[in-house]
Amino acid sequence: MLSLRGLSKSYVRGKPVLTDINLEIAARGITAIIGPSGTGKSTLIRCINRLVEPTAGEILFDGEDLTKLSGTALRHARRHIGMVFQEYNLVERLTVMENLLSGRLGYVSSWQAWRRKFPREDLRKAYELLDVVGLSGFANRRADALSGGQRQRVGIARAVMQEPRLLLADEPTSSLDPKTSVEIMQLLADVGRAREIPVLINMHDVELAKRFADRIVGMSEGRVIFDGPPPQLDDDMLKRIYGGENWLQ
Amino acid sequence: MNTVAALPADPFQRSVWPRVAAVALLVYVIYAAAQMEISWERVQTGLYNAQRFFGRLFPPNFSRWELLAKGLVESLEIAVLASTLGILLALPIGLAAARNLMPPWVTWPARLIIVMARSFHPVIVAILFVKAVGFGALAGILALTVASVGFIGKLFTEAIEEISLKQVEAVRATGAPFASVLWFGVLPQVFSRFIGFATYQLDSNLRNSTMVGIVGAGGIGGTLFAAFQRFDYDFVCAILISIISLIMIGEVLATAVRRIFIEHATVADLFRAGGAASRERHLEDD
Repeated sequence: MLSLRGLSKSYVRGKPVLTDINLEIAARGITAIIGPSGTGKSTLIRCINRLVEPTAGEILFDGEDLTKLSGTALRHARRHIGMVFQEYNLVERLTVMENLLSGRLGYVSSWQAWRRKFPREDLRKAYELLDVVGLSGFANRRADALSGGQRQRVGIARAVMQEPRLLLADEPTSSLDPKTSVEIMQLLADVGRAREIPVLINMHDVELAKRFADRIVGMSEGRVIFDGPPPQLDDDMLKRIYGGENWLQ
Repeated sequence: MNTVAALPADPFQRSVWPRVAAVALLVYVIYAAAQMEISWERVQTGLYNAQRFFGRLFPPNFSRWELLAKGLVESLEIAVLASTLGILLALPIGLAAARNLMPPWVTWPARLIIVMARSFHPVIVAILFVKAVGFGALAGILALTVASVGFIGKLFTEAIEEISLKQVEAVRATGAPFASVLWFGVLPQVFSRFIGFATYQLDSNLRNSTMVGIVGAGGIGGTLFAAFQRFDYDFVCAILISIISLIMIGEVLATAVRRIFIEHATVADLFRAGGAASRERHLEDD
């Protein structure tokens, strides 16, 4: 489905943020990437849809090497990869409905987008999704009038509007309170299961990762040092990933 | 044993330079006044002259109102056409100059155009266009268009350079084409500020359009200048009053447009005293 081969990235020459990442992501299930801040988790996620340019390596998505794409081909590949952001990244001054429909921008022409002429099918899907994420009745609210949890629900709905074959989430719960975090993780899990697509999530919260993920990838200093099901992630491993041990007691 | 550090003599970093500068400025003002030979007698003659001049201004003479109306209408046309044209040109140029969205080989030429458009006062540009395309309103329209491109282009560029790129990133991640990223990721973030710039520019073009006529570029300015030269001071007064009215009407309209677009006021709100409701809504927005 998705395989990363020898993926490396350095923003500054000689100081790699990611070193030789090799990962195979299966066609289903939630994969959580954990690791300390600054270890390259966000960079890894952003390399997959090329918001960040990888320095070396291959990203095979449904058999196609994303690193070789540019222009229209890259845009078409991005349409199939939904992304959820830490700070929601909604367009603040647009309505909830417009934010949802921006998930369809890869499919409609700019002229249609300018006139807000989206196919009826897209509108129907948008209202349906608002219902799914529990925000029916919010369609005409401006995004900046929503709470954090509500915004992230819109963020998820926007990604789902793309009809993605892969869902990426970059620290989707880091700006939320514990209760809302669980709800958002549950929503991401539900979406992945309902659409039968893989979900790849960066996170800080080890407990949350263990609770929801089918597989955990532990990163430290730009390398993958753990890859396995949650029960295998013991305290020794966590010490290796995060360093130190006082925080575990 | 811990010793408390001795207090510095002066806890405030006072500098002697501002005082030196103030004294220097005062000395220069006295020197400049002496150079200009502005004596008490000169002021007295001036005051006497002014008294006679203002006396002849009143009462204003509106008998040649047809000439007056024609000039005003032409000024209004110059202002509206120049603003429209200027805004339409400033949009793409301002966007092209934004360094956070465009590569350097696009921003540099765009920045050069904006700097050139801002280099000269509209009167100088008007003189150039009068020489180039001849007397009349066309020269005025072109001159004020150039001024509008410079002003709106610069502010629009700055507004775009201040937007949140996170919102743009999210729209890009959906696979949207570049133009759609602009419509959905960039424009919503700068739209209300852009309306602000555009109405200020219309306001300023209205004022400038009454002036380009002095150099022969059309509008009421020509009529005003002719009246001055023929010492028709009562007609001058009528023209000045008309210009003031025109500017005031323009300002009311500009405020209305701003309130509709930026504060989401309805037309009914505009006629309500104070518009308290819409002002509250505005606070929520920002």
